[in-house]
Amino acid sequence: MNDLSRRRVLFGGAALGAGALLTACTSNTPSENTQINTNQNAGNNKNAEPGQKVVIGFSAPAADHGWVAAITNNAKAQAAAYQDVELRSVAAGADAAAQRAAISTLIAQKPNVIVLLPHDGKELNSVGLEAMKAGIPVVNLDRAFPDRAAYRLQIKGDNYGMGLAAGTWISAQLKLKGVSNPVIGEIPGIDSLELTQERTAGFNEALGQNGFKVANRRPAEFTADSGQRAATELLQALPKMDALWNHDDDQGIGVLAAINQAGRKEFFMVGGAGSKAAIDQIAADNSVLKATVTYSPSMASSAISLARLIGQGKGMADLVELQVPKEITLASETITKENAAKYSKLGF
Amino acid sequence: MTDQSTRPGVPAQSPPVDSQVTKEAPAPKGSWWKSDGAEPVRRNIGLVGVLVVLVIIGIVTRPELYGDATWVTNNVWTILQQASAIGVVTVGMTFVIIGGGIDLSVGAIIAVAGVWSTTLATQSYGAAGMIFTAIVVGVVVGLINGVLISYGRLVPFIATLAMMVAARGLAAQISGKQTQVSTNTTINSIATTKIAGIPMLVIILALVVAAGWVLLNRTTYGRRTVAIGGNVEAARLAGINVRLHTMLLYALSGLCCGIAAIMLTSQATSAQAAMANLYELDAIAAAIIGGTLLSGGRGTIIGALFGVLVFSTITNLFAINNLSTEVQNMVKGGIIVAAVLVQQFRYRSLTQLLGRKPTA
Repeated sequence: MNDLSRRRVLFGGAALGAGALLTACTSNTPSENTQINTNQNAGNNKNAEPGQKVVIGFSAPAADHGWVAAITNNAKAQAAAYQDVELRSVAAGADAAAQRAAISTLIAQKPNVIVLLPHDGKELNSVGLEAMKAGIPVVNLDRAFPDRAAYRLQIKGDNYGMGLAAGTWISAQLKLKGVSNPVIGEIPGIDSLELTQERTAGFNEALGQNGFKVANRRPAEFTADSGQRAATELLQALPKMDALWNHDDDQGIGVLAAINQAGRKEFFMVGGAGSKAAIDQIAADNSVLKATVTYSPSMASSAISLARLIGQGKGMADLVELQVPKEITLASETITKENAAKYSKLGF
Repeated sequence: MTDQSTRPGVPAQSPPVDSQVTKEAPAPKGSWWKSDGAEPVRRNIGLVGVLVVLVIIGIVTRPELYGDATWVTNNVWTILQQASAIGVVTVGMTFVIIGGGIDLSVGAIIAVAGVWSTTLATQSYGAAGMIFTAIVVGVVVGLINGVLISYGRLVPFIATLAMMVAARGLAAQISGKQTQVSTNTTINSIATTKIAGIPMLVIILALVVAAGWVLLNRTTYGRRTVAIGGNVEAARLAGINVRLHTMLLYALSGLCCGIAAIMLTSQATSAQAAMANLYELDAIAAAIIGGTLLSGGRGTIIGALFGVLVFSTITNLFAINNLSTEVQNMVKGGIIVAAVLVQQFRYRSLTQLLGRKPTA
């Protein structure tokens, strides 16, 4: 038996098979779905007119979640919508150190503005300072730099506000239904993250004001399969439930699957983030999902628009100030059946 | 394994003496189904004890829930269903570990198989196409692991660590980092179907465990796996094609991952690159507390199943009492250490204490 030739056949076969499979069935027609401002009905908005060319450097972590993917897609789409914007996107690498290195290269290229979603605000703070010192305005997206000198503009979502919105809506609904001693469940995302803790704090605050509290809380990991596991346990622990807040619509796919598998429908559920699928489901009103509170990746589109204005030295048309403000926190909005149609274009 | 694991004085988690392992196990006397062992309950007495204690704690802390028969039935099925996908992975992992290896890439293989079988292109081939894809992808990735380890001479830890990273990358590449929703009702209904009152997922787990038990205890392949894990050089000298055998072990683990990928996709009605996060650690932990020797040469499928059930029951117990998952993880860690300590104690002294001759 010729061992060598058999080994070759094995290797060759494995390589060929892998190659064939790779090309065969991974086609996945991407449904481009971005939330940008196209200025189509800008009317007499002078800011929309093409102006001085602005080179924007952009960096965001590699997407491991639908939300981060939407951030990058939005930034690219919004930049493409302007004739006078050139977007230079650099990969942020796997961690804060890799992103720091990438931004240093970006600073050396001297873009007019840098838009940056850091891996971690605290760890990337020094890079923000470095860019600002080099005379490049920094737009800090979502994960905040602690140092105010490290950014020209900070635009972020409101995690605490998200919990507050969910808790407020749930309380109002329960009062409307006249439930006196409600059983409320909560499925947060990765529990060790600061953003999760802020969301939960806001949720408890809103419930507390109404004299309600969370009966059981099972964290998932922002993935559908972990959402399914967490929800299955939660449903088993609470044989009767009145309301459920799930922090994230992506893991919500699994949460809804678990609810469906358990055949439960005696409660209503509120989602989080505002994915397209969730908004469509709320509009259709055929599941327990009755509302979602937003944490919209549209902030990346706005960040590019504002970076362009900063680069051109313009202010926001509706404000008196001649320059773009220093900090913007998006409001977490509550999407229900009534307003779902209006928000469907903002779903990611 | 029957002849040496019950021998007094051999600690459960210490490498066995070569001469004992390399000879193939003698055919057991008595009923054919009695080997893995001989007395499964006695062999896994510690784990059964832990399970009983966990259930008692559940009854004491939530008597109102355990008072409801329907709820209890539901809860048993829930615990088993939550254990189903990880249980299937653990069967493959147990084989790899008994064979002297380790597979750190199981979670990543599930992700690739799950994501690949839920692309729009694959979904257009229907449920059969999706199941076929998941299983073929699982086996092929497992085979690549096996080829690298057997013929490329990579250390299993390194080869499968590299595969873990690469396969997660491939999964993210295929999915475009999006959650891919399965619109196939046949696949999605696997998680909801019950046959004769038993959830389909539990039936799949039972079939895989039964197949694994037969393969390990009733076939030459299984006995050779034990021999290779015990002493690879002696196994080679005895004429076993160690390379081919080892390669197939990783393919077997990949096959289990493919099956688990379909089960998870069905449960979550979707797949994504980050799915089955840290399943490798859960599977290894379950195998270890089930009495599988990390250095190879000894282990049982039934023990591994008990290991998975213990973890699943702990999760359930913490959920019904609304306790934090942080404490739950600490308890899990404690149980892994305790289980191994108990096994060592049992082998060293309990048999002597009872003055019993080992049953070989």
